[in-house]
Parts: sequence; structure tokens; C-alpha cells
Amino acid sequence: MNLDFDESEVAFRAEVRDFLEKNLPADIQQKVRGHAEIGKADTVRWQQILNQRGWGASMWPKQAGGTGWNATQRYIFDEECVFAGAPAQLPFGLVMVAPVIMAFGSPEQQRTFLPKILSGEDWWCQGYSEPGSGSDLASLRTRAERDGDHYVVNGQKTWTTLAQHADWIFCLVRTSSDARQQDGISFLLINMHSPGVTVRPIIMLDGGHEINDVFFDNVRVPVTNLVGEENKGWSYAKFLLVHERTGLALVPQGKRLLAELKDIAAEAMKTDVRLRDRVARLEIELAVHEMTLLRVVSASGSKRGPGAEAAILKIRGTEIFQNIYEAILQVTGGAYVDPAVANRYFNMRKLSIFGGSNEIQKNIIAQMVLGL
Amino acid sequence: MNLNLTEDQQALQDTLRKFAAKEFSFAKRKALVAEQAAGAVNATGFSPLAWKQLAEIGVLALPFEEAHGGLGGSALDTMVVMEELGRGLMIEPYLGTVIVSGGLISTHGSSSQKESLLPSIGSGELLVALAHQEPGKGFDAEVLATSLKGPGDGLVISGSKAQVLYGAQSDNVLVSVNEGNGVSLFLIDSKAPGVTWHDQKMPDGTRVARLELHQVSVSESARVGGKGDAGPVLNRAFDVANAALCAEAVGIIVTMIDITSEYLKTRKQFGVTLGTFQALKHRMVDMFVWAETARSATMLANVRVASGTAEEAHWACSAAKVQVSDAARFVGQQAIQLHGGMGVTEEMVVSHYFKRLTCIVALFGNADYHLEVISSKLLAA
Ligand SMILES: Cc1cc2nc3c(=O)[nH]c(=O)nc-3n(C[C@H](O)[C@H](O)[C@H](O)COP(=O)(O)OP(=O)(O)OC[C@H]3O[C@@H](n4cnc5c(N)ncnc54)[C@H](O)[C@@H]3O)c2cc1C
Repeated sequence: MNLDFDESEVAFRAEVRDFLEKNLPADIQQKVRGHAEIGKADTVRWQQILNQRGWGASMWPKQAGGTGWNATQRYIFDEECVFAGAPAQLPFGLVMVAPVIMAFGSPEQQRTFLPKILSGEDWWCQGYSEPGSGSDLASLRTRAERDGDHYVVNGQKTWTTLAQHADWIFCLVRTSSDARQQDGISFLLINMHSPGVTVRPIIMLDGGHEINDVFFDNVRVPVTNLVGEENKGWSYAKFLLVHERTGLALVPQGKRLLAELKDIAAEAMKTDVRLRDRVARLEIELAVHEMTLLRVVSASGSKRGPGAEAAILKIRGTEIFQNIYEAILQVTGGAYVDPAVANRYFNMRKLSIFGGSNEIQKNIIAQMVLGL
Repeated sequence: MNLNLTEDQQALQDTLRKFAAKEFSFAKRKALVAEQAAGAVNATGFSPLAWKQLAEIGVLALPFEEAHGGLGGSALDTMVVMEELGRGLMIEPYLGTVIVSGGLISTHGSSSQKESLLPSIGSGELLVALAHQEPGKGFDAEVLATSLKGPGDGLVISGSKAQVLYGAQSDNVLVSVNEGNGVSLFLIDSKAPGVTWHDQKMPDGTRVARLELHQVSVSESARVGGKGDAGPVLNRAFDVANAALCAEAVGIIVTMIDITSEYLKTRKQFGVTLGTFQALKHRMVDMFVWAETARSATMLANVRVASGTAEEAHWACSAAKVQVSDAARFVGQQAIQLHGGMGVTEEMVVSHYFKRLTCIVALFGNADYHLEVISSKLLAA
């Protein structure tokens, strides 16, 4: 057992760092460091730069155009990107729909969709949640009815992140009401530019526009856009959950944020013991949380079931991250609540709600690990 | 980077778990603890038979160099042992004798001291305790009242020590004394003239003693290490002790979760098993998340002890103690709570695990102490 990276991993880190130094555009870096909004143009520009280097999809296998990196290399890459001030890559295509298309999609779908995800040409969003179906996703009601070579889709998706930029949405839709709820759901890829698709902004508590309602009014979708088999969509969506083991651990992001907190709090900590203890606790929690992530990374060659690990990483990662933001808010403002900092704090409440709320993560652990 | 146990470590884990289950049942432990009232003549406070068996398995010699009959194991190997001692709720004096005293002799002793002492510790024939803490002072005191007089008329030690793990049962004791500008260590016979032990039984059934040293004569050859240079060595020993204690706590924590989870699956109220109530499911998950956190913290501490710098190890051991203490409190208290009235009975093993957990996290600095270690470093940065 050791925490030392071997020679090839050290060299790999240097290579990534060198690449970032030379290729991360200064204007984007500045925005990321200043917590400014990263728009579509910058996200796509950065995806293209990475793709030119062959690093567009760090989590894909080589034959699909990915890097073929192992878990340790991905960990190093993610950390270096965050430390350098690179923007996040859009996850919906790369991390969410691509693995499903690779595993269950037709060769035609793989040829059509994967290259444009990699190049940043297609912007994807995720259409799972509905007004009546959040945590209880399997109750979803958006319908897709077969009409010749097409499905006709009617219904509403909501909370759809960055749908305002999207070319495509991957949706869970109801194709049967006969069986058990889960067995009547299909996985459908829908062109956002189709007639009958309407996007309506939802403004968040920080005033920002990152989520939307998406309405489907008799939208015609070619049956060739069905992934896998009809009524099997639920199992594909679950495959995705299991596939993504370390998604919301927020370790490098937390480290960067903690450094910011220490910086802001440096002066106050000289006299304020309580603040100092609070920062110390966050520092300890983050270091230990990182160790949990490294345990998962290190065991990723083994056969243990991954679901519960991802759940722990999500719960702890989001809690710690939110707590660092809370501390930053407190230290920055004093009695005056700094609006920019407060908005970041407000926005980050989302972390424990999306991606399967932290309560749902606990249900998963109770069932999968504790057998309760 | 690799955080998996080696095959050897897995085999060791397996052997110890089977051993504890077979030879160290809850019934045997209770009898052992009850039988041996504090201060009783010949009371060992633990099972000499189990100690001998542990020696046969090889764990008593595990951390020592091969030249001294040891197996050359690292903190990562003793981490495995401590976790199993925790799971088995064993009360053997492993921490004090093998890890702390054995460790001090290994790192600080002369080659003849190592040759004469380590093989006997490893074979289970020799128990060595560390007497450092003094009444009313912290475990890590740097200014000691215990004095060394001499050399005119020979060297003589006088003073009082507290919190000596299995001191009254020991054969030899490492005593720290104030010498010049620093702390020195001497190894003395636990039954030497002028040595008086006051044996105490802790709430978890283990033994801790107070020690009075009244003009105890020692020779220069009893010195372990150099004059006044033991301070840093002791600090390192405390880090190592904390890393080991955290592993024992992890073993207890995961066992308490197993026991409680089993209880929730069998005990029925309102016509259903308790485990069907979501409030209790989520409580159990919180306990589980704390357990994984404690394990990560413990691995970090032991990896740093095994292969990090002294400073990295110090930080990681204090960090681990903070997190493991929090985990211990939460899991311990909730395991009792979820057993209802049964949880507060002598009859249930879960209450004994709780007592042990409560006692061990108090050793070598509690969570507040270690939070200050980490916190004060923020000032220096
Ligand atoms: C910023 C943001 C972006 C999002 N982006 C997307 C996106 O791009 N695509 C998409 O499809 N969805 C997205 N979501 C939706 C997200 O997945 C849902 O919000 C989430 O699944 C919770 O559903 P809900 O909001 O309907 O809350 P509800 O399910 O109504 O839950 C409300 C509260 O009750 C708790 N709760 C619910 N059920 C249980 C239970 N069984 N046991 C215990 N507690 C329970 C929840 O944890 C929560 O605290 C996004 C959400 C947010 C906030």
C-alpha cells in the first residue's frame, strides 16, 4: 500500500501540465479562476483544443476515439485540469450518453453521434426528470408512440441543464403502460431542432440561467434514434449510474476551493481560533475524502460492485464542497453578504439535489450494502 | 499508487479473524475480565494463552527487523493486526508492548538492547511498558518532573507516572526522565526496588497503572538512546500509536455496524422489522459513511507512517485521530441507540464494543488535542 505515483505516472502528470500551460487559453483560465460564467463558445473551444491533442474523451476507450487511460491517469488528468484553471467539459455527451451508445447503440448510432460528441460539434443535454417525476424517475410520463418509422413524443422534461444550447437530448420516455413502470421506458435520442420542441428558461436562486423546461408537442423522432430495445431504457439508464463511479467526488475542485478559503481567511485565522478550527476540519475532511476516492481509483481493476462507492463519494464530496463555500461566504462578507460570493453559495445547494439526491444515495447504500 | 492489501496481508487478516472467533469468544472475554479484579495477585489482565498464540502466529514479532527474530513488517501490517484485534475485542497488551515499547527499542535502542529484548517480546515472553505521562500532565509532556540524579553515588530515578498501559503486568518498563535540557529513556525492571505499581481496571476491561518511582537505581547501560534526545522519538512513537489505535477503532466500528444491522433485520416492532423504517436506514447509512471515512483516514495515517516524511506522518496521524474519534462517537452512540433498551445492558456485546471504543479514542490525545495540531499549522502557513 502506498500513495506514490510511479515513474510513468509522474511523467504523465508533467506531460499534462506542460500541455495545459501551453494550450489553455488565458482568457478562459481567467474566467474560471474568477468564477465567471463559462459560456457555450468557451466550452466548445476547450473541447476542440483537447480533442486536437487526442484528449477529448479521457474516459473513452481508444477504439472509440478516447484516450484509453486507466483510472489513475484520469485522476491525474482531472486534477491537473482543475489546478490549471481549465473549464469543466460538458458531461452530458461525453460521460452520460456516450457510454450508453457504445454499449447498447447500433453501429450506425455510434458512427453518427460519437465523433460529434468528441469534437464538440453536438451539444447534448439530459432529459430524465419531469415535473411529476424527480427522485421517483420511473413514474415518468413523457410518451413516445409508434407511428410508422417514427415515434411521436409528447410531454415535458424539466431541470434540463444547458438545454438552451443543445442540439440533442437523450430522453427516457414511456413506450408502454402495460407492465411494471420500469419495463415501459425507452431510451430515445431527440434532435432539439425538431419541430415541436420548446425550451423555456428556469431562473435559479442566484439569478443564473442554467436549467430549463423542455416541452415536446407531437415531436417526430425516427425509430432509428431508439437506443437498444424498446422498453429496455431503464436498464440502460441504470447501467450509466453504475458506470460512473467517481463522478461527483469533487476532490480537485474541493482542493482548489479550500486553497481559496485559506487565502481569504489567512488574516482572520491569526486571531479567530474558531475559524481556524473550522478550516482545519475542512482540510482534514477533504484529505480523508480524497483518500476514499483514491481507494476507489486503486480498486477499479477489481470486481467489487461500484454503486455504493459512487454514492459515498457523492454524499461526502458534495457535503464538503458545500461547507467550504459556506465558510468562504462567512469569511468574505462579515456582516455584509457579498452578492457574488453569496450567489455561488446559493447555486451550490444544487449539488446535494441533482445526480440522485443525497437522500436517494442513502437509500441506495441502505439497500445495496447494508441489505436494509 | 496502490491502496489494496497485499496477499500476505489478506492472509494475515484471515488468520487473525479466525483465531479471534475461535479462541476469543465474547463469553471467554467476559470471564477473563471478571475473574481478574484489579490488583489481584498474579492478575495478568489478559489471556496469557491468547498472547502465546499470537506469538505463534507471528504477530508479536511482526514489526521487528529480521535480524532480531522479527518479520520486518510495516505500519501497514500492524494496521491489519490492530483492526482484527478491534473486531475481536481483544484486550491483549499489543499496543503498549509491541507497537509502542517494541517500536521505541527498535528505533532508539542500541544493538545489544535490540538483541536482548526484541526476540523475547516477539516470542511473547517479555512485556515492556512505556511510562512517560505524569499525573496532571498531557501524554506528550516535554517538561518532566521525573528526575535523574547522579552520577555521584550512582544514577537514581524518582517521580510519578500515570496511564501506563499494562504497567503492573509488565516485566520491564521504559521510563522517561528529565535530563538537562531534554528527555531521556531508561529501561528498568518493573519489580526493581523502589518501584510501586497501582493497577487500575479501565471501563473496557483493560489495565492501566500508576507508577511511583522512589530512588530507583539504574546503570548507564539501562539508557535507551542518547542523553536528552528522546523527545522527537517519543513524538514519533505517539504518531505510530495513534495510527495503530485508529485501526483498532475501525475494526470495532465496522463490527458494531454489522451487529446493529443484523439487529435491525430481526427485531420487530409495529409488526415489521426495525430495518424497514427509513429514519433508521439513513442512520445506518450515516454510520456506514463514517466507517468508510474512518477507514480512509486510518489508511492515510498508516501509509504516511510507513513511507511518508515524519511531518506528513504527524499531520496524517492527527487528522486520522480527529476523524476516527468523530466516527467512533457517532457509530458508538448510535449503535447503542438502535438497540433500544438492549443496548444499555451488560449482556449485549455491542455495549462492550462501545466501552472499548470510548476508552481507546481517549488514549494519546483526543480529537480536540489533534484538531489543535492541525489547526495550529494553519498559522504557520
Ligand atoms: C441544478 C439542477 C440541474 C439539474 N439538471 C438536470 C438535467 O440536466 N437533467 C435531468 O434529467 N434532471 C436534472 N436535474 C433534476 C434532478 O435530477 C432532480 O432535481 C432530482 O432527481 C430530485 O428530484 P426533484 O427535484 O423532483 O425532487 P423530489 O424527488 O421531489 O425530492 C424532494 C426532496 O425529497 C427527498 N426525497 C424524495 N424521495 C425520497 C425518498 N424515497 N426517500 C427519502 N427522501 C426522498 C429528496 O431527496 C429531496 O430532498 C437537475 C436538478 C437541479 C437542481
